[in-house]
Amino acid sequence: MATTIMNTVGQAEHADDHALILTPLTTTGAAPIALWEVTRISLASLVANKTRSLLTMLGVIIGVASVVALLALGGGASTYITDQITAIGTNVLTVEPGSPSSQGPGNSGAAETLTLDDANAIIALNLPVIGVAPSFNGNGQLIAPAADKSATIAGITPAYQVINNLTLKSGTFLDDGQVKGASPVIVLGATVANDLFGSGQAVGQNVRIKDQPLRVIGVLAKKGSGGFGSVDDQAFVPVTLAQQRLFGGRTPDGNSWRVSSIALSVTKASDMSGVQSRIEMLLRDRHHLGTDGSKDDFRVMNQASFLATLTTITSLFTAFLAAVAGISLVVGGIGIMNIMLVSVTERTREIGLRKAVGARSGDILLQFIVEALVISLAGGLIGLALGAGLAFAVTLTGLLKTPVTLSAILLSVGFSMAVGLFFGIYPARRAAALNPIDALRYE
Amino acid sequence: MQPLMISVRNLRKTYQMGDVEVQALQDVSFDIRQGEFVSIMGPSGSGKSTLMNLLGCLDTPTSGSYLLDGVEVAQLTANDLSLVRAQKLGFIFQQYNLLPRQSALRNVEMPMIYRGVPAGERRRRATIALKIVGMGSRIEHRPNELSGGQQQRVAIARALVGSPAVVLADEPTGALDTKTSVEIMAILQRLNQAQGLTVILVTHEPDVAAYANRVLHVRDGLLISDGPPARDAGSDLQPALGLGPQAERDGVRRNRLNLVATSPGGGRWCGRSKWSDERIG
Repeated sequence: MATTIMNTVGQAEHADDHALILTPLTTTGAAPIALWEVTRISLASLVANKTRSLLTMLGVIIGVASVVALLALGGGASTYITDQITAIGTNVLTVEPGSPSSQGPGNSGAAETLTLDDANAIIALNLPVIGVAPSFNGNGQLIAPAADKSATIAGITPAYQVINNLTLKSGTFLDDGQVKGASPVIVLGATVANDLFGSGQAVGQNVRIKDQPLRVIGVLAKKGSGGFGSVDDQAFVPVTLAQQRLFGGRTPDGNSWRVSSIALSVTKASDMSGVQSRIEMLLRDRHHLGTDGSKDDFRVMNQASFLATLTTITSLFTAFLAAVAGISLVVGGIGIMNIMLVSVTERTREIGLRKAVGARSGDILLQFIVEALVISLAGGLIGLALGAGLAFAVTLTGLLKTPVTLSAILLSVGFSMAVGLFFGIYPARRAAALNPIDALRYE
Repeated sequence: MQPLMISVRNLRKTYQMGDVEVQALQDVSFDIRQGEFVSIMGPSGSGKSTLMNLLGCLDTPTSGSYLLDGVEVAQLTANDLSLVRAQKLGFIFQQYNLLPRQSALRNVEMPMIYRGVPAGERRRRATIALKIVGMGSRIEHRPNELSGGQQQRVAIARALVGSPAVVLADEPTGALDTKTSVEIMAILQRLNQAQGLTVILVTHEPDVAAYANRVLHVRDGLLISDGPPARDAGSDLQPALGLGPQAERDGVRRNRLNLVATSPGGGRWCGRSKWSDERIG
């Protein structure tokens, strides 16, 4: 060691050839320190403490990764659901009794003002629709020789099959003659048929509903779930039979028969609103209601508005999940504050030194805020990569398409930086407020 | 006659310690001219640290005036004091206070960041400053790769690099062994003589203080003497002054070693020679 020092002393003497004189420095330093200089100082300090920096970032990484992944999953699930509903057909209009101002499903059917005559009047309008399908529904116990089952029994017309894209597995669907004659026939949904007759032949057998013997003329192919109540769990009878023999659908004045709903499938999506307003006008006229729609005793719903409602629900759900993930981001921010406070204490003498050589409080404040921001930004980017990777992995499994949207990226990274800024200010202020004399003496 | 660098008039500093008012410094006045090498001596609690903090613009006096390089700095705000420190002062500390994970070059560059010096110029000046203190071949070494004496050289380079009006050295050899202390003092002395640097040295070691050409004694917050260094015990130490580098080194070392053996407080040097690994973190 001694030789080393001697050598350097020797060098010092040689170096001192009077060429090595520091000229006076003219820059005043009155201007605030450049931001990129502060960033460089902060980066150097973070790189110097790699482990600690990474641990500090961990909270933000997990937070951002979960926000990104959950937003992607939520978005994917939402897309999946709407795709399923769109597959059923968005061109379907449904007329139901009840006031449009009360959108709750509990109100529908409360006032059963819709009649079969209304349906016939709509048919008579010759609208650009594929079919007009009035239905009158009830619940009943289906009793077969070997089993029985409670199910929704829909009184319908042949148009129902067209509108709902129903295909038969065996037998035939209802025809106009059976509707006109209120024939005691029934078409079973796939699940209902299976529950009542197992794998055996259902067509030709008899089931009883409310002591009415009905002959099974057809069984529907399995359709799977989609939208409200699956057709697989329903049974279909002529609407006239449902009204007259099963569920008592005569109107109070005794002149007509009530229906639960009238469904129409509009040929072209662009005709939707036109068809809707024609039906509204017709029904207001028939029901002697004002033309402004304020007294309507029916409402016309379309799949599009249902879809909109559903989308609202799924995005709300997604937002809720993201908010929960956001909480972990806030916790990550508290982690940043914690470590930054430790860091300020550990680096008290560095802060004292920087102040002694001319750093202003603002320079120190900026340095620590930038450190917090760099930590949260780096953590945010790593978390983004992790979350996007997770979402991509889910897409690869083929269960759901989970795209990571730009808004999700901006939201999560922006939020993580806001968290870093918020929780970085307090430690930075502590650092900036240190008195250089005490800070330099700090052990 | 060199121009005045520091002019202190009736400087007073009072601390409030609970209910008690402590007069750390009472009515101190003196001048320091450019190119002087001044030691401030005094036992602990004498007020020399307080005086050092005031001279270093780290603190403001309760009353009195302090003219530094023509600027009245006694009642400046904290931000303005930062600016004065950046422009006019260089600090050397007992514990070197280097940034532990940064190279010598980065450490020396550091003060210039706060003066807005561009990176290229910073590097150029820091390299020169490191060469001046004999560390030109170790500019990329980190403090933990350097000995205590080498670290203190880097710290001296850092103090020099902004071409300060005054360099303040607070017990610069306090953590060094005798031989290294001599080397460090030789560097300061050379800077003072060859480059006309104004150096103010705080120490309680008469041997170290003897390198200066003027010693201010502080006791109980008062300036009790102001004059050339005492010639009694340390008189044969003085040949160091004005001698050539080689002779200076050899001579001082021999004398100093002699002193360690003979002075009544000789054990102190050995006691203080522990190398502190303490670094700012």
